[in-house]
Formats: sequence, structure tokens, C-alpha cells
Amino acid sequence: MRYESPATTKEACTLLAKEKGTAFVLAGGTDLLVKMKAGMVEPDLVVDIKRIKGMCDIKKSASGFVIGAATPNAALSENAALLKAWPGVVEAAQLIGSKQVQGRCTMAGNLCNASPAADSVPALVAAGARVVIAGPKGKRKLAVEDVPAGVGRTVLKKGEIIEAIELPAKKPKSGDAYLRFIPRSEMDIAVVSCAVNLSIDGKGVITAARVSLGAVATTVLLVKDAAKAIIGTKLDDQAKAKLAAAASAACRPIDDKRGTVEFRTEVAGVLARRAAEIAYARAGGK
Amino acid sequence: MPLDTSLVRKPFKVIGTRVRRPDGIDKVTGRAKYGADAFAPGQLVGLVLRSPHAHARIKKIDTSKAEKLPGVKAVVTAADLPDLTAGDRGLRDTLENCMARTKALYDGHAVAAVAAVDMHTAKQALKLIKVDYQVLPHVTDPDEALKPNAPLLHDDIFTEGIEPKPVKPSNFIKIAEYGHGDVEAGFKEADVIIEKSYKTEQTHQGYIEPHACLASVSPDGTAELWVTTQGPFVYRNTCAALLGMDINKLRVTSSEIGGGFGGKTHVWAEPVALALSRKANRPVKVVMTRDEVFRATGPTSSASMDIKIGARKDGTVTAAFAELRYQNGAFPFTWAEFGAMTAWACYDFKNVKSVSKDVVVNRPKCAAYRAPSAPIAAFAVESTMDQVAQAIGMDPIEFRIKNAAKEGTKSSYGPVYGPIGIGPTLEAAKNHPHMKAPLGPNQGRGMACGFWFNFGGQTCVDVNVTPDGSVTVAVGTVDVGGSRASLALAVAEELGVPYDQVRVIVADTSSLGHNDMTDGSRGTFSSSMAAVDATRKAVQTLRERAAKIWEIPVDEVEWMDGHAHAVGEKHGNKAPLSVKEISAQAANTGGPIAGHSEIVADGAGVSFATHICDAEVDPETGRTTIKRYTVIQDAGKAMHPSYVEGQYQGGAAQGIGWALNEEYVYGKDGRLQNPGFLDYRIPVCSDLPMIDTQILEIPNPNHPYGVRGVGETSIVPPLGAIANAISNAAGVRLNHIPMSPPRVLKALKAKKK
Amino acid sequence: MAVLVKTTINGDSVEYACQPDESLLDVLRNRLGLTGAKEGCGTGDCGACSVIVDGRLTCSCLVLGAEMEGRTLETIEGMADGDKLHLLQQQFIDHAALQCGICTPGFLIAAKALLEKNPDPTEEEIRFGLAGNLCRCTGYDKIVRAVQAAAKEMRGA
Repeated sequence: MRYESPATTKEACTLLAKEKGTAFVLAGGTDLLVKMKAGMVEPDLVVDIKRIKGMCDIKKSASGFVIGAATPNAALSENAALLKAWPGVVEAAQLIGSKQVQGRCTMAGNLCNASPAADSVPALVAAGARVVIAGPKGKRKLAVEDVPAGVGRTVLKKGEIIEAIELPAKKPKSGDAYLRFIPRSEMDIAVVSCAVNLSIDGKGVITAARVSLGAVATTVLLVKDAAKAIIGTKLDDQAKAKLAAAASAACRPIDDKRGTVEFRTEVAGVLARRAAEIAYARAGGK
Repeated sequence: MPLDTSLVRKPFKVIGTRVRRPDGIDKVTGRAKYGADAFAPGQLVGLVLRSPHAHARIKKIDTSKAEKLPGVKAVVTAADLPDLTAGDRGLRDTLENCMARTKALYDGHAVAAVAAVDMHTAKQALKLIKVDYQVLPHVTDPDEALKPNAPLLHDDIFTEGIEPKPVKPSNFIKIAEYGHGDVEAGFKEADVIIEKSYKTEQTHQGYIEPHACLASVSPDGTAELWVTTQGPFVYRNTCAALLGMDINKLRVTSSEIGGGFGGKTHVWAEPVALALSRKANRPVKVVMTRDEVFRATGPTSSASMDIKIGARKDGTVTAAFAELRYQNGAFPFTWAEFGAMTAWACYDFKNVKSVSKDVVVNRPKCAAYRAPSAPIAAFAVESTMDQVAQAIGMDPIEFRIKNAAKEGTKSSYGPVYGPIGIGPTLEAAKNHPHMKAPLGPNQGRGMACGFWFNFGGQTCVDVNVTPDGSVTVAVGTVDVGGSRASLALAVAEELGVPYDQVRVIVADTSSLGHNDMTDGSRGTFSSSMAAVDATRKAVQTLRERAAKIWEIPVDEVEWMDGHAHAVGEKHGNKAPLSVKEISAQAANTGGPIAGHSEIVADGAGVSFATHICDAEVDPETGRTTIKRYTVIQDAGKAMHPSYVEGQYQGGAAQGIGWALNEEYVYGKDGRLQNPGFLDYRIPVCSDLPMIDTQILEIPNPNHPYGVRGVGETSIVPPLGAIANAISNAAGVRLNHIPMSPPRVLKALKAKKK
Repeated sequence: MAVLVKTTINGDSVEYACQPDESLLDVLRNRLGLTGAKEGCGTGDCGACSVIVDGRLTCSCLVLGAEMEGRTLETIEGMADGDKLHLLQQQFIDHAALQCGICTPGFLIAAKALLEKNPDPTEEEIRFGLAGNLCRCTGYDKIVRAVQAAAKEMRGA
């Protein structure tokens, strides 16, 4: 295996594009090193992107936030503006692993690992986040939900890397929230998860919403029917019941060591309702 | 002269104080050396190749390519570990478990091993070993394994305890029966009978330190083994037997041990490491990965149980019956029998019976796990006890108090009890503020009792007084949780010197006589007995030397407060002699001053505990949170209360993990799906509340200070206590451990319907 | 091909060569003799190998040794100041917050990182702050108390 730590994105893309064997990008490494340890992957090349300028930075602009792909999740909550604008995204990102893992792991890595149970991905999807992809043919942008192609697979082409994640500016009277179910209080992979991002008007009526679910299908789901169930409502009990039903209906989970189909389907609705309540309160709804 | 165990009634000077442990600084600075922390010149990396199949015939192993890989210094298979066990079934099973011979019996079973110059080469070499398997049908569930057409693991297991002895081999190892009275007649006298079935899943001790050793065999046939173990002497004896060595040629040094809880009482990769070293003529270090620890060391049994209790309305239990079916993993033992012996041990029932059925399955060989087998049986018994109390409308504590065993009770497993702590722990629970604390919504309170036998065993301790009067103590029973501090306290107490003047080490196997391993809660109990004995002998020598110095008869010398005193008026002008003053003259009065003890520490004194637990159940997700937890246990005498509390808290935490989330998950292919700390979910810091403890001291009459073992009992009650708490919180009775969220939610939904 | 790395460990400038796929934990333990960091899992699930890299708590099993060029690393071996134990180290001993001790170096490093960010944590913050460190002996009770006591003492100092 070769280890490279290029100084520019261009160099990184070139290294990855030219490699004939198996090549991996190293940001936090919290998935990659585990897979290497287990012998699941045997890279010929690892490209560490942490020394590329801007890769570990969070930039705020009028259009929102640009988060460098190698920014460790621990840094997210240290940015007061980001935490205020997107508490759900930051909470989701900071549920991954332990404080130790937080010191290394990244949202971009979480996305590229393409696990349906990735914690930050549903929150990013609900937030309407996009990724900036750099590659041999230049840059392109994609919605976060369009990046995973299946379990462990993304739409990134050879030589392409995610350079940054873009979060839109926070809309007035909006709020987001993320909840996951795990058996313990920490350290587990989500058995099922849900993120809700919504906006309300002056009367507390929901004007827009995005609801996403994790660990209930091969990729994170953006559930439009669940959003529809609460748009135009004040998140009354009936709306919440419809939301829960729509979330559960969207589930296409499997039975595995972490949970059952029955459990995931049921709890997806519970989490959707609870996350919506938090998001609604954050938006200023009562 | 046998050790005078009559209780020391005078107030203790240092026993019972919370001194700093001698190994503390090494452990907080990273200097302490554990199993994987040793290095030897020229050492190789050893790795083990493991079966990916739950059950397979090994048709052929081709190691030729691996042997040819540059940097590979040795490859071993079963052929390098010839069967020298001469008809000793247990030893042969150990050998077969260390290295599969004709069949791989579980996912993770060792089939070959390599020693190479580095990790990279060793990993490459494993890939070059070709094993030709014939995959066989497998069975991992104890009830399934008992069925007539179940896949057969061994063709030489003929169920013990059945007359006439079966002619057909099966997976059914042994049936055993304990109890007294006439249960059938007893059930006829009952007003209420509760009969239930229960299941528990397999759990692992989950020590944080993986197994690790450094083996070094010399061309002259002598060998050294540095290893993380609960029993260096047992490891030595077993390894020597398996490798055909004289015992004195193998010197085993136990490293600091990073947790064992019973899992480091058996050899696993150590004989293989020695075989690799012997073949390579170089030191070989073998360190297991976490994956290997889960797949290929010794978890505890999973089980299936039927319980029946009959009682009169006044709370008298008229009869109790249990049938316990435990799997032992791939090799035969008697884990269910331990369950049968412990099941009813807390109670004084007129008619009681328990039947055990031990079974082999295609899972790793079970090992002891802290009060092995008892928590499983206690879960079933304590769950049923609560249901009986409920059925007759009696408070669960009062019901247990009414039926509790006491001094003179003939226990369900045979012996008659001496002074015991079950009644006092129940009374303490009844009066504990925890019982009166308010409960919030979705919360419930449960309690349960637990028992463990405790053990004493062979013990050997040396006490040496150095020329400056400070004292070194060598023990052979490994310190797993702070026992060096307790033993220094015992020696300081007997000598009458300050604690800091005594230094305890764990000696290697060439420096002391045989010591049994640290199991059965025997570490502090037995070693302190031997330490007291050895110190008293040293004191006797100190008196003799003082007598010599003073030129008076020894019976006119008394030992008090760390000094020799000349007794009587005629010696009134003689200033007392300190240990230091006497030892300074040792060269002129007869040589080094020491005391030695070699004993079988009988009379360990049984141990009981009562736990109280508050649980909160999320009605929408089935997730349980432990809100408050109290452990009440009899310690006999707490030599170092902090470490006694630590044992109570640690056992409770393991029990909580077992009750709620820990389990081995096997796929249909018989392979373990969660061999890591990510999905084998031991409790993390944020899962638990503070764990309150109350130490009761009902002296053990067989120990000079009244000490009982305290290490194991604390894991016995939690499963039942939490099941009872969940039942009171959510109105559902969980009969299957772990009571994980999917199981609880399912029960909640079924109740709604 | 081996990678040459120049880094700072516990204030000392250190140079080493390692394989590109070798973890920092393996470098520390096998090449530098710093065996205070322990491998309990090798997958970031137990925290026994905790170290601080450029001020951030991390599992050294999840870092490549090759990544350390120019970084600053703190390990358990550098926690005491000569013969003066760190207050956390002293409180762990005084509170009997260790039994077997294998998890202790990781807990101390994690607790140090926690208290540097939050000098006055609640019990809940301590518990969640240390959730990445597994202990199988103590049930965490005495560990939490030791951290509380050290935090109090550090605030007073």
C-alpha cells in the first residue's frame, strides 16, 4: 500500500484516477481503518486529504455553509453559527461513534461509506444539503440523497472526491432535528433513524418539510409522503399520526442482528413524530 | 500446625481501611505490563487460522505454500500437537479445542497457526494455507441439539446419569438431579402453582484485554510463557501436559491481567504459541483480535428452562421444581448442573428438585463467567418467585423473607448452611431508602436474590522480612481487581506494621508452590488465609530471634504492635524490639526471617446478595433504562471496602448488560454475526446510573478475619431483578434474556391486543 | 515502502519509519515502546488506545502512523509531570476507579480531554463524554466519581 497526502484537490484526483489498484480517500479513517483491520479491503493506495487547504474548514456565507470534506465532526459544534442554524445536522453528525471517533470522523466520509444507517446522512438530506464533487473533469454538485447508489456504493466516479458539503442558509422560522434508535445510549449503529426539517408561517402552520429515514432501506430515504402529512398543519395529533403512518409505510427494512423488520417499521413512525415535535419547537412553533 | 481460624474479635488496625493499591501508579501511568506488552529478542508474530464453518470435517490441510513464504518460520497444525492425553477426556477436549483435529466444531475453531517475522507476512501466510472442509449440518440451540435427529458433534458422548447407559451417542452430555423432599406431594398442597418457561442467550465475559501471550521454547526443552491468565499454575500444568514437557521445565509468568471474569481460566492459544515457538526455535507472541476473543474463547451458556413453584396463600412454598437445559459449546462439561445446584440455594423449601441437562452444540467451548451458570437459573427462579408472590398477593420481599434459608437449613444442593446472609440482605433491602423512593411514569421497581458457593483451594504464600524490616509477600493467586492491597493489609495487620511497609507481588510458577487460579471468588479469601498463616509463622520466628537476642526463653516474648516485648517484671528494663531491629541481626541469629504457607483454604463460606432495581421502559420503543440500582451483599468481612464495592458494582453492571442487550447472534449458517464491541453491546458509561452498595458483614467462621469471597455473587440477581422491574414498569413479563427493545416492544404490542 | 515520519510525542521530537498501512497504535506499541495505549478492539469501539492528536481526542487504532508527520501527540506516558501525578491519575487511585486497569490509560486521556473542554461537567456530561471508553470491571461508578473529584480539585487549583 502507498500512502499519499497531496496538497491540492487536483493532485488528489490525479492520484486516484491514475491508480490501477484499489484506491481509497482517507479523511477521518474511522470506517476505512476498521475495514482494513478486518481484511475487508486491502488498498493499494490511500490518499489522505487532510492536508489539502480548506478541507478541514467551515465557511459561512450568505448562501449558507461550506464544510470541508475532512472536517472532523467534533469541529461542527464548535462553530456557533452552524450549530444555531442546523442543530439537527450537528446532533446527527455528533451521534456517530464516540468522542474519540468524533475527533476524526467526517460527514463526507459518513456519506461515502454509504451505509443506510449513517447518522449524518438523513439529517443532511432533510436539510437539503448538497455535495461539491471534484474530479478529473472538473467539479459538479449533487444533492446528498443522490450520492449513495446502494449499500456501500456511491455514484462517485473513479478519480472523484467529495470536496465539501454545502448546507443552505437557515430559513426564518425553520428547524431541524434528528433522532435515531439504538439499544444503548451511545456507541451503537442506528437501528432506525429519522430526520425532519420544517418551516412554519406566523401562525405556526408548517409551510415546508423534508422527512428522511435511515436504516430502513438500502439507502437513506427522503419520504415525501411523510412531509405531505404535516405540511399545512400545526403538527396536531392527527398530523403526527399521519406522519408516523407515512414514515412506517415507507420502510423497506430487513431483519438483521441489529433489529427486526417489525421493530424498525414501528419505531420509524415513533421517531418521525418525536423528531417533528423537536423540529417544530425549534422553528418556534408551539 | 493448622491455621487457627478462630475469628479475630479485637478491633482491626488496618483491615477495613481504604488504602492505595500498590499497583496503582503503574496502572495510571501506562507502565503496567499486560499480556501484549512484553517483548523478547527475535520474537515472531503468531497468528491462528480459524474455521469459517460451524461444523465441518477437515479432509486435508495443505500448508506447503505458507511454509515457503519468505519470513514464515513455522506453521503448525494438529499434527504438531500430538495427542499425549492418555485417556484423559478433559485434557483431550482442551487439546482439540486449541487445535481442531478431525473436525472443526464451531465458527472460529483453530485449524492451523503460523509464526512469521511480522504481521504482514503472518497474514499472508494464513491466506496460503488451504483447508479442504466437508461442511456438515450444525446445531447451535440447546433444545434443538437434544432432538433425536440433531447433527451429532461427537461420536463418543453417551449420556451420563441415565440407566442403563445409552448405546447411541448423542449431544446430551449428562442429566443430574438435586433436591430433597417430595415435590409431587408438595404441589398437591399448594394453593397457587406458577409454571413458566424461560430462555437466556449466550454472553461473553467481555474483558477489555484480549488473550495474549509470549512463548519462548529453548532447544534444551525448557520454556517460558508470559501470559494474561487467572491461573499461571493451571496454565503451566495444562500446557506442559499437552506439549509433553516436565512441569518444572515450563515457567509461566502472569502479566497484569486486563479482566478475566472466568474467561482466562482455560488455555486457548497458549499451547499453540508454545508449539510455534518450539518449531521455530524463536519466541512467538500471539495476541488475539477482538473478533477471535468472541468467536474462539469461552463465553457462558445459553439456556432453556422450565420452572414450577407451588405456594400456599400464607406464602409458604410447598414445592419447587426446575429443569435446566444449558449448552456447553462444542465440548462437554456440566454447566447446567451448576445451574441446578444454585437455582434454589437462597431458599428453605421442604420439597425441592432441580434437574439439569447438559448439551453440546456448535458454538465455542463454554468457560466460567462470574458465578458461572447461576445468573441464568436465578433469572428463571426469581422471575417465577415474583409471579407467585403476585398471585398470592404478597409483597415480593416478604415472600422471600418467609422462605429464605438460614443457619441450619439443608440447602437444595445438599450441604447444611452455617451462618449466612440471605435473610439479612433481604431485611436490609426491605429497610433500604431505595424501596421507598418515588417512581416516575413508565418506571417500575424489581428485586431479586442471588447465591454463589465460593471456593478456597490450594494456596501458597511466602512472606519475607528484608534486612531493613520491610516485608515482601509473594502470592501465586493472580490479582484481578486489587487483591494485592488486601493481602498487604492482612500481613500488616498480623505483623502490626504500617501498610506501606508491606509489598505484595504475584510470583511466577517457578518461585512458589502450586496455586489454584483466581476463580470461585477465592483470590482474597484464600490468599489472605495463607498470608495470615505465613505471617504468623514469620512472627513466631521473629519472637524466637528476639528471644535469642535477649537470651531469654521464647515463651517470654510476646508480639504486639509490630514489636517483640519481653514479658514479665524480670524483663522490665528491655525495650521492645521492632521488626527492623530484629531483622538487622538476622545474620547472627539464624538467617533470613520468613514465613511460608501451603494450605487448602477450606470453608470459603457461601455468599448471598439481594439487588433492587428501578427501570424505565419507553412504551413506544421498548427501550429500558436503569434509573437506580442497589446491591446488598454479605462480604463476611470487607478487607478493603472500596474493592469490595467495586466487585458489587462491576458484577451488577455485567448483569445489567446481560439482562438488556448482550447476546451472541448466530446466523442460519452457524456463524457468529456480532464478534465485536460494536454489536456485542456491553454497557457504556452513559447506560448506567451510580450503583449503590451496602456491605453486610456476617463473619465467615472459617476465616481468621471472617472473610467471604465477594467477586461473583453480584452478577447473579440482576437478570431477575430487571425482569421484575420491567414487569412492574410496563406490565409485561419477559421470559427471554436479553430483554432487548425488539422483544420488549413485541411483548407490549401483544399485551395491547 | 516504509514511510518516514517526524512528529512530537509528549513534547519530545520523535522520528520513526512505519509501513503505510500501520496504525498509530501499532507504531506506538511496537516501534516506540509506548505500550500504555492498549488494543481492546482495534475498531474504535473501546477507547483503550485513546490519545490526543493536535488537541483532539482520538483512538490511535483509527489513525495511520503515516499521518502523524508534523502533528503533536499526547499519550498516557506523558500525563504525569515527572514524579507528580496528574490530578486525574491521583483521583483514580484514591477512588479505587480501576480494578484490572487495562482501560485506565484510555479513560484518563479521555477524561483529560473532557475536562479541558468542560471544566465543570455534570454527571451526565461525564457519562456521555466517557461513553467511548469501555470498562468491564467497575460499572463506571467509581470512575465517574474520580472524574468529578478531579474536576472539582482542578477548578479549585
